[in-house]
Amino acid sequence: MTLSPAAVISPALSETTAGICFLLILVVPFALVGLALINTGLGRSRSAAHSMMGSLMAIAVAVLVYFIFGFSWQGFAGGPYHAIIVGGNPWNWIAAEPFFMRGMDFNGSYSSLVALLQMFCVGLAVLIPLGAGADRWRLGAICASSALFAGLTYPLFGHWVWSDGWLAQLGVNYGLGHGFVDVGGSSSIQVVGGLTALSLAWILGPRRGKYSAEGMPAAVPGHNAVLVILGCLLATVGWCGLNSAGAILFIHAEAARCVLVTVNTMLAAASAGLTAAAITQIRFRKPDASLTANGWMGGLVASSAACAFVKPAAAVVVGIIAGALVTFAVEWFEFELKVDDPGGAISVHAVAGIWGILAVGILARFPVAPLFSGNLPGTDAGQWLAQLIGIATLIGFVLPLTYGLNWLLNRFYPQRVSIEGERQGMDLHELGADAYPDFVTHADEFIQR
Amino acid sequence: MKLAGFLLLLAGWLLVLATLALLGSAPARTGFLLAGIGVEVVGMVLVARAHLPVQEDRG
Repeated sequence: MTLSPAAVISPALSETTAGICFLLILVVPFALVGLALINTGLGRSRSAAHSMMGSLMAIAVAVLVYFIFGFSWQGFAGGPYHAIIVGGNPWNWIAAEPFFMRGMDFNGSYSSLVALLQMFCVGLAVLIPLGAGADRWRLGAICASSALFAGLTYPLFGHWVWSDGWLAQLGVNYGLGHGFVDVGGSSSIQVVGGLTALSLAWILGPRRGKYSAEGMPAAVPGHNAVLVILGCLLATVGWCGLNSAGAILFIHAEAARCVLVTVNTMLAAASAGLTAAAITQIRFRKPDASLTANGWMGGLVASSAACAFVKPAAAVVVGIIAGALVTFAVEWFEFELKVDDPGGAISVHAVAGIWGILAVGILARFPVAPLFSGNLPGTDAGQWLAQLIGIATLIGFVLPLTYGLNWLLNRFYPQRVSIEGERQGMDLHELGADAYPDFVTHADEFIQR
Repeated sequence: MKLAGFLLLLAGWLLVLATLALLGSAPARTGFLLAGIGVEVVGMVLVARAHLPVQEDRG
């Protein structure tokens, strides 16, 4: 193992670009608000306050843990790192920054902007599993699981993709395109969060009454479609900022490129939402609000990876495929795999995210100057292989890692609420007060079918 | 079955890494990369099947 000094000088940002980037980062929290509202709206009314409280606590824990040591392992492009030499090529596998972000100048430098954006990114990523664990995931377990996520899983994969890690260097070291490319976090935020959601859905098991003795799923509709759709609209604002800031910081695009990034983000979301609405209209004779919202979010998720490298028409294709994938994946997980995912987190973030990663290999065209101050190294050939290796790493390494961490946590600190707590509702059981005190609690879903 | 599935996931990933490190020619590299992903798919199927709820536990 070698502790290497900075091999690449951190990209310098002009004052104007740094200012624009800072403003873009400031709108990213809208994505967090949107996702929290979606998770809450798609859950039961008697767990609504718990869902929002869980979101707040998860973000708080994640940001603090990331500050203490998560960032030191994720680092930034051009920072110090640990590497192993394999076949003459350095494999940069983890950063070597000091804990507590010591020594960083918070003055608009490249590293400080990366640290700021990453704090919001890790906050967004820890909200994803909350959608899958809704109505049965204890508050204390949410905090503990979020700490593991923000301290280990997220920084490790994030370093490989965004901080000149071995995935990003596949182009330089092995001639595979420009290395693994992900502008706004389809992989490092969305798929990592989505696979954690899948792990938790498996570990927690389905909600009581979700499946009959014969294995047929019962419909447990979300309690507030207004919250869900408002969440989509707010998340769109945040996503535009996230993808644009990611383009500036992670692929070193000029600020002018953010116009294309935002256009592509909007087009992907719009086409995905319309696709989901059309599919549900055709299949159920009425457009389904929650599936349409999930489709919209799937479009946003899929747009992130390639948004700076595709033409607007290709962004529409990305969105249409993402919307269709999410609509069918929600049903497949629920009916075939018996995975109870109230928020559709696995379909939206893992499935659509994987499609977004693949879309880079299929649809992206990589321009050079003047829109890029620092050209991405490598050529276009083999880009799809680099993207496939990223997906193989997510499925083959990140899923076992995040499952193992949550499984271990569950052994020492059971993550699922008691039967009584689930019957009572998470609000009353864990918080002592309902979100909607005027509502009546119905118990029909506890009747054995 | 669950453990075997997760081991296959890791084995598939390690096959992908080994391919990168050991093979230079593009066709061989592509073939082995796809083989590694195939192993992961088998692992994923096993893990998913292991998590299907048994009949008595449902509801």
